Amino acid sequence: MNRQITRLQGITACLPFDNIDTDQIIPSREMKSTSKTDLAAGLFAGWRYVSAESRQCDPDFVLNQARCDGASILVSRSNFGCGSSREHAVWALREFGFRCIVAASFSQIFFRNCINNGILPVVLPAAAIGQIEALFAHDNSVLQLVVDLPEQAISPAGAASVWAFDIEASDKAALMTGRDPIAVTLESDSDIRAFIARDLERRPWIYSQARSGT
Amino acid sequence: MPQTLFDKIWDAHTIASGAGEAALVAIDFVFLHERTGAVALNSLQKAGREIRHPSRVFCTVDHIVSNAPERSESDARSPGGDVFIRETRAAAQRTGINFFDVMDPRQGIVHVIAPELGIVQPGATLVCPDSHTCSLGAFGAMAWGIGSSEAEHALATGTVRVAKPKQMRIRIEGQLGAGVSAKDLALHLIQVHGADGGQRMAIEFAGSTIRNMSVESRLTLCNLAVEFAAFTALIAPDAVTIDYLSGREFAPTGHVWHLARESWGKLRSDADAVFDAEIEIDAADVPPVVTWGTSPAQACSVRSGVPEIAALPAPAQASALKAMAYMGLSPGTAVMGLPVDGAFIGSCTNGRLEDLRAAASILRGRTVAPGVRAVCVPGSQSVRVDAEAEGLDKVFRDAGFSWGAPGCAMCFYAGGETFAPEARVMSSTNRNFEGRQGPGVRTHLASPAMVAAAAVSGCITDCRDVPGKAAT
Ligand code: SF4
Repeated sequence: MNRQITRLQGITACLPFDNIDTDQIIPSREMKSTSKTDLAAGLFAGWRYVSAESRQCDPDFVLNQARCDGASILVSRSNFGCGSSREHAVWALREFGFRCIVAASFSQIFFRNCINNGILPVVLPAAAIGQIEALFAHDNSVLQLVVDLPEQAISPAGAASVWAFDIEASDKAALMTGRDPIAVTLESDSDIRAFIARDLERRPWIYSQARSGT
Repeated sequence: MPQTLFDKIWDAHTIASGAGEAALVAIDFVFLHERTGAVALNSLQKAGREIRHPSRVFCTVDHIVSNAPERSESDARSPGGDVFIRETRAAAQRTGINFFDVMDPRQGIVHVIAPELGIVQPGATLVCPDSHTCSLGAFGAMAWGIGSSEAEHALATGTVRVAKPKQMRIRIEGQLGAGVSAKDLALHLIQVHGADGGQRMAIEFAGSTIRNMSVESRLTLCNLAVEFAAFTALIAPDAVTIDYLSGREFAPTGHVWHLARESWGKLRSDADAVFDAEIEIDAADVPPVVTWGTSPAQACSVRSGVPEIAALPAPAQASALKAMAYMGLSPGTAVMGLPVDGAFIGSCTNGRLEDLRAAASILRGRTVAPGVRAVCVPGSQSVRVDAEAEGLDKVFRDAGFSWGAPGCAMCFYAGGETFAPEARVMSSTNRNFEGRQGPGVRTHLASPAMVAAAAVSGCITDCRDVPGKAAT
């Protein structure tokens, strides 16, 4: 999987609600196997289709509108991705085509899942999100945003206004390099081993406790 | 410099940290379950990686396993769910981790059995690809939910990379009123401060109310921290915690037990430690709480009701209207008296013995109202055995509840058993999200006593109006 993101221009969709939980992003019934793929059809299934048993699209749902065809940027409000830790929510968003999610705040687990799967989670103030929502509502036309990770800025394509965003240096680096986080950590293997050697003296019960391990 | 409890655990586990960087934190224990376990274990194998410390990795079968009393080892509660169980079992056997299989007397919901088996310990770090892992902070551990990729990272390296969260202390003083439980306290907190009120902080619960709480109630309170958007919650270990752990299967023994106890006794925030945020609650102000919407923050006192739209802050109005439409409620409706179609008691929030006792005291000598489908599923085999030993199963059955085999059960809809669309269900669980218990199901979260009171009354009722009877 390509985790790398630097600069991205994309069609944008807005979901103007607080507390969109991962049960909405992908209902549990849509997680049919132990794999990380074939999940895009289940994305927002409860809102996207007319009923739980059907795959008939509800024309009122924003992702079913022609102007959101090919959307790669999703904009929502506070506490996005709250609820279940299911990474399937992020796998489904990614498979559907999203590479950047903008919200007033994210749940911690969802945020980490995004970074680990090459989706850029951007936190913007509620006022800025209100401005993006207004652009999206205007004329019901296609909204293109440009996301610049090195510059930490988002702007409407071809417009002057810019919203700056903050991101932790390590998260920024992870997305810009796109490296596998496990491989990166294993480069510190000697530090990990040294820690365990010290810790074994300090907290022997953590290690003895595992005696029942088979 | 004075330190918080969280600072102390954090420092003891930090392998490396740098400015502007997430720290590399050592993980003592990893817990998995069949819903997310097989994905992580199989993906690890595909990448050609091994589990660093298999003896410190644990796995249970709780989410998808059937709750039928006569289930066999791969029966699932949803079509095709047996694949998750079989693949997890095979991966657990292949990797040599500790596995609590369906027929094992130690089986149960991950957050219920981690304490029962003494796997969670004060001052330890524990991660699990499950958001309610924060429950285990009740033991003074740093326990938090992660995704599958991070679980793979934890398995392969024995570490997780994580930015140090900000910290909040919530002090609760005084005594909770009769009929008011830790569940009401948690829902009250979320209602007043919002579903985002915890702001990804590590939250220490402190104060006399907490010190006087049982381990089980502490677990209920910490369980709901994730519904408050916290990174995790924790409670300083005390004699209650240490007594609870003594003699449990995976707790230390002999000489190391004494070393551990001595170390755990020092685990508390320094008197002058500074938190980034503080909240104070007077326990006497907490009523029995019921949710009316589709976020745990959309809640009210049982004596109150659905808010008027104009009374809500502008940004909350759109979500409230959407929630009311889903729940079939209109602004200003009282919650008391709303007819219910279903009642569910169980889950990692309220599926322990104390919870079943609270519900049984109300059910004793009463029967479920006509038309109400009532289900009780103990959180673990151990809870089930203890409950049956004191005759609680009979109380539930005599009242008209079904009595299921341990697991997550109707806490979430996996594609099988559910209530009918638009059914109004009182539930002792933690999530009232749209469709959480099944397509169209309208979940009201409440304490086990409130669920039992609603089941026998046929409508949402103040549990204080339905006096309980102790076992004779
Ligand atoms: S009981 Fe519910 S909330 Fe708890 S672990 Fe199971 S599914 Fe998750």
